[in-house]
Amino acid sequence: MPSVTYIEADGKEHKVDVAPGLSLMEGAVNNLVPGIDADCGGACACATCHIYIEPDWHGKTGTRNEMEQSMLDFAEGIKDNSRLACQIKVTDELDGIVVRLPVAQF
Amino acid sequence: MSVAHDQNTSLPSAYDLPLEDIDVSIAQLFQTQQHFEYFERLRKEDPVHYCKDSEFGAYWSVTKFNDIVEVDSNHKIYSSDKTIVIGDADPDFNPPMFIAMDQPKHDVQRKAVTPAVAPVNLAKLESHIRENVCEILDGLPVGETFDWVDRVSIELTTRMLAILFDFPWEDRRKLTWWSDVTTSNPAQVGADASIVNEEERKKELMECLEYFMNLWTSRGENYEGTDFVSLLATNPDTMEMSNDPLEFLGNLMLLIVGGNDTTRNSISGGVLALNQNPAEYNKLRANPDLIPNMVSEIIRWVTPLGHMRRTALEDTELGGKKIKKGDRVVMWYISGNRDDEIIDRANEFLIDRDKARHHLSFGFGIHRCMGNRVGEMQLRILWEEIMKRFEKVEVIGEPERLCSNFVMGITEMMVKLHPLKA
Repeated sequence: MPSVTYIEADGKEHKVDVAPGLSLMEGAVNNLVPGIDADCGGACACATCHIYIEPDWHGKTGTRNEMEQSMLDFAEGIKDNSRLACQIKVTDELDGIVVRLPVAQF
Repeated sequence: MSVAHDQNTSLPSAYDLPLEDIDVSIAQLFQTQQHFEYFERLRKEDPVHYCKDSEFGAYWSVTKFNDIVEVDSNHKIYSSDKTIVIGDADPDFNPPMFIAMDQPKHDVQRKAVTPAVAPVNLAKLESHIRENVCEILDGLPVGETFDWVDRVSIELTTRMLAILFDFPWEDRRKLTWWSDVTTSNPAQVGADASIVNEEERKKELMECLEYFMNLWTSRGENYEGTDFVSLLATNPDTMEMSNDPLEFLGNLMLLIVGGNDTTRNSISGGVLALNQNPAEYNKLRANPDLIPNMVSEIIRWVTPLGHMRRTALEDTELGGKKIKKGDRVVMWYISGNRDDEIIDRANEFLIDRDKARHHLSFGFGIHRCMGNRVGEMQLRILWEEIMKRFEKVEVIGEPERLCSNFVMGITEMMVKLHPLKA
């Protein structure tokens, strides 16, 4: 199973296995990684699963879709590598991916 | 208008009406709490329901959780332009506000004021809010019967709002009044017209505008503040807003209501829910760490704003129904929050509920409540401090409820405080 590392804002790492087909949001929530609220449950409608993709993985995670862009526009601390975790499906190609969490979801 | 449904005339049971005659826009239904039964029937028998005739005109009711998320997150088809409540806006007096705008203008104005309620700013405000909560609670008369709505729910939310506007402290109840005036429009939400008539309403709101214009001017361009007025006055995208007084007023009304009715009624509604569910109150006493989760459950349970309305920009389909361009589409959050296909035991108030944050009360999509974290923080701090002081906030008698299909309001709720046993 692909391995995903979530790093909290304070540096604490959570390395977990996530089945292909699940989203990076589901991977965090299912493994009780703190810092991902995911209020809307994965509908790309709340921006509470904001993550930063580490540079090495930026090219493999695709680009923001239009709705995702709209939602991220209102999140806090947006950077070029900001994404919504519910919009990225885990695949074998993403095995080893590292993502960082913001200080707070908003 | 509202005369047709006099408060003293009891409304029929939802199950005694032909399905096509069900009209959930009648404000008295919410005052008598019969709306839950009406929505239960619609969710079961006609989840996307067309009402061909109501005092607000024809409208669609969207009553199930997932259909509501679909409408709310599809802002290109379901427009917020000009109004977001069931009744149409008065064409002669409709101050523009960003909640009732589509992209791109909505985005620009919303972004200008968001920093006031973003997590970084809130962290700075937390101790200030706690001081106010403690002061309010310590000033309450223990053992006497008093109105919780006035002494706590209104007082705390109004203080919070005064902080967020950096508003003159001694005048803060003006904010409460302007909020009530804004939401009491009979033609838009079925409110009782006796609170304030249309002429008075305009006059009061113009006074609100004048008051804020003075604040705006006094803040000037070099003022460095993170309050709403300073943010609007200094952001390059909105600094011209004072040249369009109606638009300035509209956005003030939005921010005032957004920070007022919502948290106020969650504060009152939480006390009531715990009184009606003593086992949950016991859980809370046994484990105050449940407070953050309970806060989300209270906000779901109360659903302070019962609906949001959209207008279809094109012909479309929802839940198998054909919606036509121009149709009113009302998302009943108060109903979706009781949809037991999505929320387990949706008709029970459970403070330790799993996935408590998964509720509709803040809306979803680009218009999602921007003050959600402020609201949650106020409730969390309030309950932390209540539990340090009182064994029970006991509700005495029946609370008085507001007549409105929009604000799920409690206008008066008498309580008696029981201090912690030493």
